Order: sequence, then structure tokens, then C-alpha cells
Amino acid sequence: MTGAAPALEVSDVAVDLGGRRVLQDVDLVVERGELVGLLGPNGAGKTTLLRTVLGLQPAVTGRVLVEGRVARAGRAAIGYVPQRHEFAWDFPISVADVVMTGLTGRLGLLRRPGRREWEAVAEALERVRMADLAERPVGQLSGGQRQRVLVARALALKPAVLLLDEPFTGLDIPTQGLLAALFADLAHEGHAVLMTTHDLLGAIDGADRLALLNRTIVAVGTPAHLAQDTRAWREAFGVGPESALVRMVRSVA
Amino acid sequence: MSPVDFVVDLLNPDLAFLPKALAVAVMSSIVCGIVGTYVVLRGMAFIGDAVAHAVFPGLAVAFVVSGNLVLGGTIAGVLTAVLVAVFAQNRRLKEDSIIGIFFVAAFAFGIVVISQAPGYAGSLQQFLFGSITGIPDEDLPVIAVTSVVVLAAVLLLNKELVTVSLDRESARALGLRVFWLDLALYVLVTLAVVISVQTIGNILVLALLVTPAATARLLTDRLGVMMLLAPTIGAGAALVGLYVSWSWALPTGGTIVLVLTAVFLAAWTLSPRQGVIGRILARRRPTPSSRDYLPHGTTRSEAAPLAPDLAPEGRP
Repeated sequence: MTGAAPALEVSDVAVDLGGRRVLQDVDLVVERGELVGLLGPNGAGKTTLLRTVLGLQPAVTGRVLVEGRVARAGRAAIGYVPQRHEFAWDFPISVADVVMTGLTGRLGLLRRPGRREWEAVAEALERVRMADLAERPVGQLSGGQRQRVLVARALALKPAVLLLDEPFTGLDIPTQGLLAALFADLAHEGHAVLMTTHDLLGAIDGADRLALLNRTIVAVGTPAHLAQDTRAWREAFGVGPESALVRMVRSVA
Repeated sequence: MSPVDFVVDLLNPDLAFLPKALAVAVMSSIVCGIVGTYVVLRGMAFIGDAVAHAVFPGLAVAFVVSGNLVLGGTIAGVLTAVLVAVFAQNRRLKEDSIIGIFFVAAFAFGIVVISQAPGYAGSLQQFLFGSITGIPDEDLPVIAVTSVVVLAAVLLLNKELVTVSLDRESARALGLRVFWLDLALYVLVTLAVVISVQTIGNILVLALLVTPAATARLLTDRLGVMMLLAPTIGAGAALVGLYVSWSWALPTGGTIVLVLTAVFLAAWTLSPRQGVIGRILARRRPTPSSRDYLPHGTTRSEAAPLAPDLAPEGRP
């Protein structure tokens, strides 16, 4: 590692939810230029970790640094792409206007979007290849297009870190493939991309590194490296040595 | 009665309450139409109903102590809205239960208070169902100023309200104060209700909030257009409703609501894209088959001609 601080650094984070410890001793670093897949079973704390990074969930111990500074909601350069069902797709609004809402926090209460903001929106839409559909009402988009709109909204801020929460859920294989390629491109263009997913095969295939999470980070490494370590997978997912998951990981290795 | 006679009556100094009622009805329809856009888009109709009931004790207290009704209603409505927002922070109870508790309690309190006033049956009826004759002169500027304030606030907060309405978690991540924006919206709904309650009545005011905005939603996919259409529809219905009720001696609030409902039903059947007839026509039209990612209820004609996800996109 060079002298510069990593884009995202989670150190020694513990989080309580409803009086129960859901994350403990979480350490994770994501550098600019890499796509890190965050894998784990349901209830492992993936979404909680993303919320903690966003500053929406206070950590009991530890800290989250974004480009070397303590992350606070709305202050840090983090682009957040929520799960698609979190978004009100029936709202009467165009694609470009949705992307503009990504800048609402930065604009503040009194300022209205100006030329610079619209340029940022156009650039973000161009990047996810949705510029042609800028004026279309979001309710008319397909699942893959909707995911792209959410990514563009996050990109409008020109963030260092991009958090993607289950971006592939409910999409078919070809659409997943195209989106995975987009995420890899975004990472290699200089974003630090952290993506939660249940799509193990896609993550092994597309991510630069994988982090296995179950209450804590069980293992981190390149897909090739982790594929050797079946014990980590068994521990993270709580499955037996001959489970389909372990056999799949072993066969990919 | 012909529309000309209606205009003559409006100008008749002996019937001064009539233009006053028209002015208040039109102003409240405009404000309710614009605020109602958010009520409809965020599925807040129940909250709108709750606020409408919650202003009642304030009106009752103001009536009993001969204070300003608009002020009394606003205080009670805002107080209830704050209570709901605060109590809704408790995760074990859902917001709609909290609303169910507080708005009925507020309404009950209002009934107990107003029963202390002499001749309370008549005033109760006036509050619940509205009246065009009982608007005091000094209320007119109060209502006008309140309208301007509400419209200015919507204009100022529009960007933030849209962002929160789209997805709350991302709005929080962007640093928006979601709790305060929710509260601001409740207060705006309260003010819209308070200025409308005297002409249209406490029970029917929900129609002024919901029906014009819902009608507008059927006619457009643009928020800006919806925010122009809803108040236009509301104001038009207020004018027509007042005319009809004056001509045939019908209750004003009820007539306005029925006119609004008729407009809504017309839009529901005739709207070019969302309307029932439009859909039947669209179904008959032959469409080229392509892969379908569209949600239920979206017609082919609205679909993207070429989904970019299907377009070639080189992998690195």
C-alpha cells in the first residue's frame, strides 16, 4: 500500500441491533480500482455493514474511514445503490430527474440545480448507457434499466466509494452479466466498489476480491485464493463439507 | 339557475358570503391539490384523513373560546402530527396504528370540547360537513396568507420531498433530514386541511386532498404536470360544485366532492394511457414481440423500443 489512505477502511467495527451484537471485529479495506464482493448468508450482517459505512448505523466500537476521513451521512464521497425494491418506481419522474436527486444533499435547501449539476447527471447517465432514456418515466423501465438508473444516481456525486446492495436480485442471467461488466468497469476506472450479492458464481467470476461475512469477516482474498479455502466458506455459510456450495467453490478453483 | 344568474348572485352585495365562499373554496382546492400530490404519491391518504380529524379539537377549542379557527386547527393538527412522528419512532408499533390511536383520540377530545358550547349540534354539523355562510371576514386574509406560505414551502422543499419520496434510505445516506422533512410535509397537509375545513367540512376534506391529485396521476407521468393539473382540477370542481349547490340548494361540500369524483371517474375511463378504454384499445393493437421485463399493467406501447440491456455491450 502506498502512502495514500485507502478509499474505504473499516476497522474493528462492532454493531448492535436491538440489543444484539450483529457485527464484531469487522476489518475491511477497499482500494480504488477494485471490485470487492461481500458474500454471506442471510442475517450475516451484509446490509448492516453497508449501513454502517454510510453512517446510517452507528458502530459501537471501531471506525469507518472514507479516503482517510471519518464517514458521516451526506458528507463522505460514497455512492449508495440500494436494492431495487427500496425505490418508489411508480413515482411520476423521469430518469434524468431521478439521477439529479443524487445531488439533492450536496445542493442544499436553497440552491436549485444549475448547469454543472445537469452535466454531472448527463455524464452519469452516459456512463451507465442510459442517456437515450433520460426523459423516460422510470415506471416504464425494465429491471436492468432500473438498476442502471440507481447506479447513475449514485455516480452523480462522483463518489470514491460505490456501495451496491444485491444489484442482481430478480434479474436474468444475461442482464446480470452486463451489469457485472459495468460494475467491474466502474471499479477499474478508479472507484472502490463494494457489492453484496447472493450470486456466488458471478462474484467468483467478476470480483477482484471476495470478503466472506458472517457476523465478522471470516476470510478475504482473491477468488482464486479463496476457492482453495473451503473451510472459510463452510464457516461463513454454515454448511457441511459436501454441500453444493463447497463443491461448486471447489470445482471453480 | 343559469351560470349568468350565478355570476349575478356572486356580484350581489346582499350575498357577500357567496364570493367569499368561492374564493376560499378555490384557494383551498389549489393548496390541497398541490399538497395532495404528495399525499397520493406517498400513499399517505390515511395520514391525510388523520390530520383532517386531528384539526377538529383545535377548531372546537377556538370555537368555544371564540378564537381564530385557522390558528386553533393548525396548532391541534401540528401537535398531533408531531406526536405521531415521535411515537412512530418506536419500532414495535407501525405508524398506522399510532395514527389510528391519536387521530381518534383528537377527534374524541374535539367532541367533548364542543359539547360545552351552547347550541353545539349546529356548530358540530357545520364543522363536519362545511358551510358557505359561516366564514368570517377576517379569515379571508389568514387563509390567503396561509395558502401562499404552503405553496412557497412546497416550492422550496420540492427537491428534498421528491428525494425522500423516492427512497428514504438513500435520502438519509445523502444527508437529508428525513424526519424533519416528513414533519414538514405533515404540517403542510395540516395547513391545507385547516384552510379547507370551513367550506367543505372536516369529513369531506380528504376528497380535496386525494381526488384531484389521484385524477391528475391518471393523466400524466410528470410530477410537474401533476402539480399543475391537480390544483386546476380541484379549483374547477370547486367552482362547478359551488354553482351546482347554489342553484339546486344542495350542500356545498358534498356537491364539490361529487363533482370531483365524477371528474376522477371520467379520467379513469377516458385517460389516453391509464384509462380503461385506452387499455382495451392498446390490447387490440398488434405489437411486435420482444422480451418482456415490464411490470404488470404497463402496456406495450409504453415499453422501451430497445432495451439497452439487450444491446451489445462489450465486456472488458
